[in-house]
Amino acid sequence: MSAFRPIARRMATALPSVAGVIVVTFLLTRVLPGDTAAYFAGPAATPSAIAEIRAKLGLDQPLPVQFLHYIADLVHGNFGSSLTTGQPVLADMLARLPASAELIFIALFLAVTIAVPLGILAALHERSWIDHLCRVVATAGVSLPVFFTGLLLVYVFYYVLGWSPSPIGRIDVFATTPPTITGFFLFDTLIAGDGAAFRSTAAQLILPALTLAIFALAPIARMTRGAMLSVLGSDFVRTARAAGLSPYTVVMAYAFRNAVLPVITTLGMVFSFLLGASVLVEKVYAWPGIGSYAVEALIVSDYAPVQGFVLVMAVLYLLLNLGIDIVYGLIDPRIRLEG
Amino acid sequence: MTDTLRHARHLIGENPVTGVAFALFVLLLLAAVFGPLLVPYDPLATDSSASLVAPSAKHLFGTDQLGRDIFSRVVAATRLDMTIALSSVIVVFAAGGLSGIAAGYFGGWTDKIVGRLADTIMAFPLFVLAMGIVAALGNTVTNIVIATAVVNFPLYARLARAEANVRRDAGFVMAARLAGNTDTRILLFHILPNILPIVVVQMSLTMGYAILNAAGLSFIGLGVRPPTPEWGIMVAEGAAGIISGEWWTALFPGLTLMLAVFCFNLLGDGLRDIVDPQRRT
Amino acid sequence: MDGSPPLLDVRGLTVEFATRRGTVRAVDEIDLTVAKGETLGIVGESGSGKSVTSYAVMRILDRAGHIAAGSVVFSGIPLHNAAESEMRDLRGREISMVFQNPRAALNPIRKIGEQIEDVLIRHNQATSRDAHGKAVAMLAQVRISRPEERYRAFPFELSGGMCQRVVIALALACRPQLLIADEPTTGLDVTTQKAVMELMTELTRQRNMSAILITHDLGLAATYCDTVMVMEKGKVVEAAPAATIFTAPKHPYTQRLVRATPRPGIGLRDLVTNPRPLPEMAPVVPGRLLQVSALVKRYGETNAIDGIDLHIDRGESVGLVGESGCGKSTTSMAIMRLLDPTEGRIVFDGETISDIPARDFARHPMRRRIQMVFQDPTDSLNPRFTAARSIADPILRMGDSKNLRAQCEALARQVGLPIDLLDRFPHQMSGGQKARVGIARAIALRPDLVILDEPTAALDVSVQAVVLNLLEDLKRTLGISYLFVSHDLHVVRLMCDRVVVMRAGRIVEQGTAQQVLEAPTEDYTRELIAAIPHPPQEQA
Repeated sequence: MSAFRPIARRMATALPSVAGVIVVTFLLTRVLPGDTAAYFAGPAATPSAIAEIRAKLGLDQPLPVQFLHYIADLVHGNFGSSLTTGQPVLADMLARLPASAELIFIALFLAVTIAVPLGILAALHERSWIDHLCRVVATAGVSLPVFFTGLLLVYVFYYVLGWSPSPIGRIDVFATTPPTITGFFLFDTLIAGDGAAFRSTAAQLILPALTLAIFALAPIARMTRGAMLSVLGSDFVRTARAAGLSPYTVVMAYAFRNAVLPVITTLGMVFSFLLGASVLVEKVYAWPGIGSYAVEALIVSDYAPVQGFVLVMAVLYLLLNLGIDIVYGLIDPRIRLEG
Repeated sequence: MTDTLRHARHLIGENPVTGVAFALFVLLLLAAVFGPLLVPYDPLATDSSASLVAPSAKHLFGTDQLGRDIFSRVVAATRLDMTIALSSVIVVFAAGGLSGIAAGYFGGWTDKIVGRLADTIMAFPLFVLAMGIVAALGNTVTNIVIATAVVNFPLYARLARAEANVRRDAGFVMAARLAGNTDTRILLFHILPNILPIVVVQMSLTMGYAILNAAGLSFIGLGVRPPTPEWGIMVAEGAAGIISGEWWTALFPGLTLMLAVFCFNLLGDGLRDIVDPQRRT
Repeated sequence: MDGSPPLLDVRGLTVEFATRRGTVRAVDEIDLTVAKGETLGIVGESGSGKSVTSYAVMRILDRAGHIAAGSVVFSGIPLHNAAESEMRDLRGREISMVFQNPRAALNPIRKIGEQIEDVLIRHNQATSRDAHGKAVAMLAQVRISRPEERYRAFPFELSGGMCQRVVIALALACRPQLLIADEPTTGLDVTTQKAVMELMTELTRQRNMSAILITHDLGLAATYCDTVMVMEKGKVVEAAPAATIFTAPKHPYTQRLVRATPRPGIGLRDLVTNPRPLPEMAPVVPGRLLQVSALVKRYGETNAIDGIDLHIDRGESVGLVGESGCGKSTTSMAIMRLLDPTEGRIVFDGETISDIPARDFARHPMRRRIQMVFQDPTDSLNPRFTAARSIADPILRMGDSKNLRAQCEALARQVGLPIDLLDRFPHQMSGGQKARVGIARAIALRPDLVILDEPTAALDVSVQAVVLNLLEDLKRTLGISYLFVSHDLHVVRLMCDRVVVMRAGRIVEQGTAQQVLEAPTEDYTRELIAAIPHPPQEQA
């Protein structure tokens, strides 16, 4: 039961951030140059439509009153409506969220599976070929523009080699979309027992997930390597070695468990990058997630989805960070016991 | 002067990779300054008869959809991208660096305010916030610079704050107080010179990030507007070509982009090795 | 000892390190032997190679180091070229090691009891079923109270002394034949130091174990070891029974070390070779320079300083002693006006300087009259300033900056710093040289009072001897008063006229140095004095 208090306390410290997010997103909607109402009414709006929007959004009221209306709207789930789909923005977002989530988590899984062992091995064999590989991966990874990697992968694997299906979404047009249980097509097709749909999903998923994973590899590998190197040189690892403990115990039970702490902290930053990069990847692969939703809305000057997108991304990020902090707190007894 | 030159040559000898990165950096600067004057074709001149020509002797990097010479556009874009990178870094250094050291040194309210500001910005995925800022303020180069600076503010503020905090209680800072230095003097003349090398390393890395950021924004239509040549927007314009086999339209701008960012990252890593050998990455 | 072969036999050992500047020979063809049941002390200053020797024996050298020549034979087994798997079996089981900095030596996120179990299970001294019980038994053996409860503790919950006991438990769990202790008590309070050393001695004697004690403190080695070996720059200069090494050292280096070690019955000048006579005391107007009354400093719930009164007269040198956490550093910070007291008064030369807030004191004319010499010479010099710039700082801010360079050179001469070092940076200077720069900076404006916060704690003992004499000379020539903050009672006896003993924020005892150190009235003072290692006295 005492585990809940630090969690509750951590959630409480997130409140100022939530407040900050709400204030910033509100300000972003009100600093549009020119007539805010015209922006939300759209480029094809008539003057009466603009006036209607102005009244509906309360844009002629004093700013504090507008802010209160804004908060009231958020609480009721009213993020405005999209001009292109005609639907409430929140409904559109929730429908498209699973696509983005699947992409991001599969990419993260791939990245961690490759980057963490790479970082550990690089730290254990300093100056060997694997160490150099790790350093090259880390530097190249942060230098490659993620959209460029995506385009390159499409060119090589689709156009030249023909191994990949055409990058037009989550599943082949001729396959059946599985009934929604988790929203993750990979799991839903398995649950539905539809082998062909599963294969199609996986085939569509692999290139975009790989693109994002390459992007996330660099910071994770670099951090793992750095943290391991630092811990391997610490006094308590020296004690463990001097006591004759087996290499496996020293590296994994003593060194890695301590090194994993700063790596988990880095995951917060990695999520920030991933959420941002997913927007670009979704555009390259026409992936029907919330990123491409916002990008498509931008092109036609449809502003409500863009604002909603920023807010939803921020909330998502906040929850992810909270999760990371909780996991960290569970692993590190210094936080657990003093919290 | 010869002493510093000798020292510089010694440093480059020990770190050849950094030397290469530095040479590349100089090349980029030269291309930015003199490039637009030396290119074979006008970066904006269209020629519908020469649309989508593959790389040849006449057009080193080929031409794009509108018949513009890609090589000239790539070189011309160097000026814009370098300008964006440099401006962003200078702004964020001034805003984030100075507020950070003040927060780290004085603590109290300064620390709370700077901390709150940094936390609020960091509550957003950074690229998403940049999108939001540019979408709200409009697609101009100034706004891209502002967005990049805002998004990097927390990093600099935290870095500067941490470094100032560590040094606040150091013996030499206490000694400076005993010597009659006021807090402002201590911050500017005793602490800042010690922090500068670490911040400069970060600035090099941020320049790479700024270019990627601007390119990413341009890719989704939030960056510079066509027909301005900018690496990111050129990749976006060439993206459609990838699927139909006109690889050169996106490849060359993309490669140049990559090269520039790679150069800044190598430079930053190399500087870090020189400045703080214990932190070799 | 007896005629049987030694437990550890090292012949011609040479250890080299590959560095950026080429190969460095850290240990140069040394021989040493440890018999069964013998405790050997290896004594040396920094750079002597004493720690590297033990790392080579255990084969836990850094990547860049390797055994270039020689042999290490343990109980008939050659260690110098043994396979790593064989070494792993020996480490912890036959040869164990205890290091400096005990809390850092333990896995911060693993319960201490489990760490002991790891060692027991690894060397098949326990099964997963009885490991718990055996670990608790080990904790009891190292005198940790409530061992069953403490089994579940993490290192951050324990004090430094307790952590060292846990490390000793780890080392002795498998009943090794040889224990190597590398500076095991450096950084611990003197009373804790005594407790840890006595524990180690008792346990090793009980089991007829051999031990190697590596230390920079010749007195410590002579007190707790059977034989003492002295190393300088990678070579063994002398090895002798502990009883004679202190009383009849043969090699000049050992003689210098013995001479430089502060101990009862000698004066400052006895610490150095070829001493010049003490300079005449500068004439000083007698009177009270500093008066501290009812000083209190509160942090949250606790009082770091809990109501103290002390004074310093002109030309006087007062020692402030106590263990860590006693409040002596906080007191010196308050007197320096780097910190504001919560209650009480500080009167300096008639002026109540405690009335001026710390952040404004930098601009006050009194600032130049109270200065400080810091403990860590590296930390107290700005890494980006040359020595000259550091020394010049107070002159630039508060003095007359005419002929600045000449002033700096005069100060450098006064503290014995070679002039050509003035344009060097801290990382290009030795510990002793950096200490001199700090002293030159402190006396630059001829202050009335200098507070010295453990000024020689970080220095080698031979360098300390020279610096202490320098400080005494300066005091006499310039007529400065000193507040000498230290944990080392021998040093305090040499440097101070009066002594103030602090504990838990209060003054326990104060009086003349002779009174307090030779005939203390309080139990705590007696405890402190008894805890200092007592090497064999010189023959009369």
